[in-house]
Amino acid sequence: MTVPLLDIENLTVTFPTATGPVDVVKGISFSLGRERLGIVGESGSGKSMTGRAILKLIRRPGRVTADEMVFDGIDLTTQSEKDMRHLRGARISMVMQDPKFSLNPVMTVGAQIAEALVTHKKLPRRELQARVLSMLEAVRINEPERVARLYPHEVSGGMGQRIMIAMMLIPEPDLLIADEPTSALDVSVQAQVLDIIDDLVTGKGMGLILISHDLNLVARYCDRILVMNGGEIVEECKASELHQARHPYTRGLLAAMPRMDEDREELPVLDRSTWTTGAGT
Amino acid sequence: MTALRTWLLDDSPASRLQANLGRAWRVWTALLRNPLAVVGGLIILVLIVMAIFAPLIAPYSPIGQDLANRLMPPSAAHWMGTDELGRDIYSRVVYGARITLLIVTMVAVIAAPVGLVIGAVSGYFGGWADRILMGVTDIFLSMPKLILALAFVAALGPGIENAIIAIAITAWPVYARIARAETITFRDAEFIAAIRLQGASSTRVILRHVLPLCASSTIIRVTLDMAGIILTAAGLGFLGLGAQPPLPEWGAMIARGRNFILDQWWVATMPGFAIILVSLGFCFLGDGLRDVLDPKQGGKQ
Amino acid sequence: MTDAAIHLENLSISYGKTPVVHDVTFSVAEGESFALVGESGSGKSTILRAITGLAPDWTGAISVLGKPRGHAPDRDFAKICQMVFQDPYGSIHPRKTVDDCLAEPLAVHGIGGRDTRVKDMLAAVGLDQRFRFRFPHQLSGGQRQRVAIARALMLEPRVMLLDEPTSALDVSVQAEILNLLKKLRREQGLTYLMVTHNLPVVSFLCDRLAVMRHGRVVEIADVAALKTGRLADPYSRELYAASGGALQPA
Repeated sequence: MTVPLLDIENLTVTFPTATGPVDVVKGISFSLGRERLGIVGESGSGKSMTGRAILKLIRRPGRVTADEMVFDGIDLTTQSEKDMRHLRGARISMVMQDPKFSLNPVMTVGAQIAEALVTHKKLPRRELQARVLSMLEAVRINEPERVARLYPHEVSGGMGQRIMIAMMLIPEPDLLIADEPTSALDVSVQAQVLDIIDDLVTGKGMGLILISHDLNLVARYCDRILVMNGGEIVEECKASELHQARHPYTRGLLAAMPRMDEDREELPVLDRSTWTTGAGT
Repeated sequence: MTALRTWLLDDSPASRLQANLGRAWRVWTALLRNPLAVVGGLIILVLIVMAIFAPLIAPYSPIGQDLANRLMPPSAAHWMGTDELGRDIYSRVVYGARITLLIVTMVAVIAAPVGLVIGAVSGYFGGWADRILMGVTDIFLSMPKLILALAFVAALGPGIENAIIAIAITAWPVYARIARAETITFRDAEFIAAIRLQGASSTRVILRHVLPLCASSTIIRVTLDMAGIILTAAGLGFLGLGAQPPLPEWGAMIARGRNFILDQWWVATMPGFAIILVSLGFCFLGDGLRDVLDPKQGGKQ
Repeated sequence: MTDAAIHLENLSISYGKTPVVHDVTFSVAEGESFALVGESGSGKSTILRAITGLAPDWTGAISVLGKPRGHAPDRDFAKICQMVFQDPYGSIHPRKTVDDCLAEPLAVHGIGGRDTRVKDMLAAVGLDQRFRFRFPHQLSGGQRQRVAIARALMLEPRVMLLDEPTSALDVSVQAEILNLLKKLRREQGLTYLMVTHNLPVVSFLCDRLAVMRHGRVVEIADVAALKTGRLADPYSRELYAASGGALQPA
């Protein structure tokens, strides 16, 4: 690791509620090189908010503060909304959970992928078309010419997600943030989609932040893992060493998962009182 | 007081009563935080008080004529002046509150439940029931309210009861449409399926589980429609088809004042003010209720 | 076949004109926990809905505890068989308290002693009594799913249909609900027919499983075959591998 691609220092995301402001992300710090970083946590752990905060996608009344948020030498905290629009897509992309909500229903797949590229780079039509088709091939879609002419409702969930990935990766960003990219998909399709992301990311030497609730999945596809709970990073470890995790929360999560060769009569349940200080329920 | 408040706001109420009261209390305090809703509520409250205590509030009889004092401008003796028969307009406006309130509540009591049930049945069953019921609803909906009411009053004969029936007939289709739209959104929801699996009959599902979910949007719509109902009633009165003289109905009063509108402006203006004020009151209250009762709002608590 | 809790024979189900399930035959013994496994669109949930009468368009035969099933939900059936739905956020009436929700089945069937029954059931599913008068939006996903399980058990059914009961929950909460389901089955001798796509969950909670694909059952196996990775059908083996299992020769 040389100069980190992304460096985050003391990131806090706050939302006001009826009972006063609540920190959903509580001053976390981490840095990312051109590697694959997994952020795991349960619902409400602040993992998705972290991903959105990096892209400054947190809407009012939510507030983001950070001592430092530097992407490839660019200080994200001082970027205007207009500057962020140039960064999003071109340099940092995000794949969301459900392709159904992220694709425009009245545009063909090919047109949407082309548009993702054109907004950041002007290209002649012929070359554009070739780039779109080769991108569709890269996400392992057979008959890319046919698929490019389809509308989003005509493709399956797994294919929709691959199209999303094609859209996000065609401008060749340096960092891809994937927020639960496969939670809406079947297990066998999940593996395909993640393999594609993995190939493209490692092939192009990009950075990847994979946000998920699934410890095993993150362990399989990432180099490094951050475990979040209640807005804080409770554990940071190498993916290969996840099973030697020390924090009781991580250990509890690992133990609570049923295994394929399950022989326990009862699954151990997380005893939250051992480490939380009464935050959350 | 604080003990009562903590009891009401208790996160884990100990009885059904406490849970219900606590919920009502939350709606109430949320309503009080909305200044327009408070203004609207106060106006409605004044209207109700006026209607109940009309004989005590009004200085004169609403129908007592005094031909010596015809068309007097507003003065200390007659705050809103007198009309062409020398009747005190202020007293007539106060008594008119009774008629307005009667019309508004009767229409709401008749039209809202009818519309709710028809809409819920139509949305819940779908298919033929839906097509027939919504066909009828659309026929009613496609005709202008006042014209339809006029036709009914013309057929039934003028008078306040017939005016109420006529307005109710024109008012229900809107509620049926709202209830149907709401019902369709959760007809296939799992919580309805779960209740069906417990052996509940369709009647029970509709009455106990579907209607409560449609109720809040209907209540809001009814309050917002109140202004329209008052205006339709006033319109019928204005055309001489609503309340008959000498009843002090506000619309009829405006109709009579029309002849003197250039020289004796107060005869038509004073009841006009009353109509505007009460309509505004219902609108504000309806707006406030919408903010409070809207399910999306409730989910955030 | 007299002792079968659920028996399906040549069951074909369609939604409108689209056939979804083709010629499915299996039976679940009383007291057994049986899993239907497959990916989305395989028709596994549709089978549960047909048994309950929520998917009325089927041919073949369905019987529950020896009684043939009709094509609509009915009162007597409600007392012997209940269902727990996947989404704890969508399966509970949003404007009713937990108490209303649990007392409703008793009211429908005219059963008395509602107060004590509701209290006992809350205790049985591990919910504190202070939740009794709360509204669903004041509960977490896991608490809601406990309420849904409690509601299904109010009529003391002997057969429970579970439609992905934990797939919407966090891992730690899933463990709690799975433990609860296991405990309830042990205590009350329930029969489970569970739909899931999660093989480890099957391994924890079930005795046998049927693997479904495109509306057909491709394999019925003992859970021991799953635990040791000895499933026979190629598709089952594919699913097994995708779920992170290490295959053994069948």
